[in-house]
Amino acid sequence: MTTPAIETSGLRKAYGRTVALDSLDIRVGAGGGTVLGAPLGDLDTRRRIGYLPELFRYQAWLSAREVLALHASLAGLDRAGRRAEIDRVLALVGLADRAGDRTGGFSKGMQQRLGLATALLGDPALVILDEPTSALDPVGRDDVRVIIREAQSRGSAVLLNSHLLGEVERLCDRVAIVNKGRVVAAGSLTDLLGETAVRLQVDDLPPDGTLDAFGPVERDGEGWLIVRGVPGDRVPELVAAVVGAGGRIHAVDPGRRSLEDLFLDLVREPKA
Amino acid sequence: MSARRVLVIAGLTLREMARRRVLWVLLGLVVVSVILVGWGTERLVTLARADRVGEAEIRIGVSQVLILIAFMFSYVLAMSAAFLAAPAIASDVETGTVHAMLARPLRRAELLVGRWLGLSIVIGAYAALSGLLAIAVVALVSGHVPPHPFMAVGYLTSEAVAVLTVALTLGTRLPAMAAGAISVVVFGVGWFVGVLGNVAVAFNALTLHQATEAFRLLLPTDGLWRGVIYGLEPPIVLLMSVGRTAEANPFFAPDPPPVAFTAWSVVWVLLVLVAGIGLFRRREL
Repeated sequence: MTTPAIETSGLRKAYGRTVALDSLDIRVGAGGGTVLGAPLGDLDTRRRIGYLPELFRYQAWLSAREVLALHASLAGLDRAGRRAEIDRVLALVGLADRAGDRTGGFSKGMQQRLGLATALLGDPALVILDEPTSALDPVGRDDVRVIIREAQSRGSAVLLNSHLLGEVERLCDRVAIVNKGRVVAAGSLTDLLGETAVRLQVDDLPPDGTLDAFGPVERDGEGWLIVRGVPGDRVPELVAAVVGAGGRIHAVDPGRRSLEDLFLDLVREPKA
Repeated sequence: MSARRVLVIAGLTLREMARRRVLWVLLGLVVVSVILVGWGTERLVTLARADRVGEAEIRIGVSQVLILIAFMFSYVLAMSAAFLAAPAIASDVETGTVHAMLARPLRRAELLVGRWLGLSIVIGAYAALSGLLAIAVVALVSGHVPPHPFMAVGYLTSEAVAVLTVALTLGTRLPAMAAGAISVVVFGVGWFVGVLGNVAVAFNALTLHQATEAFRLLLPTDGLWRGVIYGLEPPIVLLMSVGRTAEANPFFAPDPPPVAFTAWSVVWVLLVLVAGIGLFRRREL
C-alpha cells in the first residue's frame, strides 16, 4: 500500500446553504509513493501540485509561453531549468508552434491544452484535473488521454474529476463516486464493477467440461453461455478453447458492467 | 507575504497596462493635455499683456487658472484610478484567471498587494508626469512658478492612490463597474463635503464645521487636495486672502495639510488595503 497523495476525512464544503461536499472520505494513491504530507493550504505543498480548473481563462494579453513562465515563477521552479521545462510541456500538449501567440486568440481546445501544460509544469507530485476533456472533440479527448498517461508514467498522481465516465473508466485505477456530497462507492475499477463474465452464443459445444478451467459455467434463459471470472486477457484463449472443442461461435460479449451502469444504479433515486 | 511574489504580480500588472495599451493612451493624454494647457495659458497671458494688465496681476490670474486645471485634472486622475483599479481583482475573478493563479503558492494578500503596487506605479507616474509637465509649460509661457510644485504633485498623486485603493478594495467583492462607479462617487462626495466645510467656516457654523472635519478624517482625499492648492498658491494670494470670506473659496488653502493629517492619510490607505485583503480572503471563489 503506497501512501496516499490525498486523504480526506469528513471533508465538508458548503456555498451558503448549498452543500457541495458533505463528509467526504477519499484516498488518492500516489504514483511512485510520493508524499505531500501537508494540508493544501500550505504554500510549500501547493508548489508540488498542478491544477487545471474547470472554468478558467488565462490572461488574454499573454502568450502561451508567457503564461507558463508566469506559473513557473509563481511555483518557484528552478530558474535554470525553466525554459527547457516550458518547452517540454508545450511540446507535450502540442502547442510548441503556437507558443508565441496571445492566448486571447486561442480556441477552447487550445485553452484546454494550455491549461494541461500549466498543470503539468514542473512534474508535480499531484495533478488535479477538473473536467479536462469537456468541450473537446474526440481527437482532442484522445490527445488529453495520452497526455494524462504520460503524466502518470512520469510519476505524478492524477486526480481526475469528470462526468464523462467513459474517460474515467479508461484512465483511472481507482474511482470514487460522489453523490450529494458523499462518497457512495469507492475502490479499484475491478472492485467496483465486479469480475468480468464472458457471455457466448455457441452451437455444437460438447458437454465435456472444456470450459471449467476458466471458471464457473452456466446457461441463462436466452440461450447464452456465461463463464464467470474470466480476466479480459484470457478471452481469446477461451474462444480458442471453444473452437478447439468443435463449438460454433455466433457471438462473444466480454462485457462487464460499465461505470455508467453502476453510477446510474447508485445515484438514481429508487422509484417509489 | 513574499516580496518576490508581490513583485511578480506588480510586474504582471505593468505588463498588462502596456499590452492593453493603457500606458500609451495615458501618455497620449499627457501630451494632449500639456499642449492644451500651454496653448490656453499662452493666449491668456498674451491677451492680458496686450490689455496692459500688470505682471503681478497676470501671475495671480495664472496661478488661479493653474489651480483650476489641477482641480479638473484631479477628477480625471481619480476616474482613471477608479476604472483601472476596480477591475484589477473583480474581472480576474469573473474570468476565472484567479483560480489558476491561486492554486500556485500565491497568497490572496500577495495578489492584492502586487496589483496595488503595479497600479500605484502607473497612476503615480501618470500624475507626476502630467502635473510636472503642466507646471513646467505654464512656467515657460507665463513665467509663473508655483512655490511648491513637487509638494503639489505629491499630494495630487497621493489623492489618486487613495481613490485607487478604495476601488481595488471594493473590487474584491463587487463587480468591476459598481466598484469603479462607487469610488468616483466617494471621491466627489469627499470634495463636496470639503466645500461644505469651507462654507461652515465662512458662516461660523461650528457643528457643521466639526462634522466636515470628522468626515475629512474618514475620507482624506479632500484634505490631500488642499495640499495641492497650497503647493500651487503664490504667497501674494495668501497675503491678500485674509478673513472668513476667503475661507469660503474652495480653491483656497490658508495652510498646508498638517503633518499628522498627511501621516494619517498614509495609514488610511494602508487600512483600506488591509480591509481589502480581509474581504478578498473571505470571498468564495
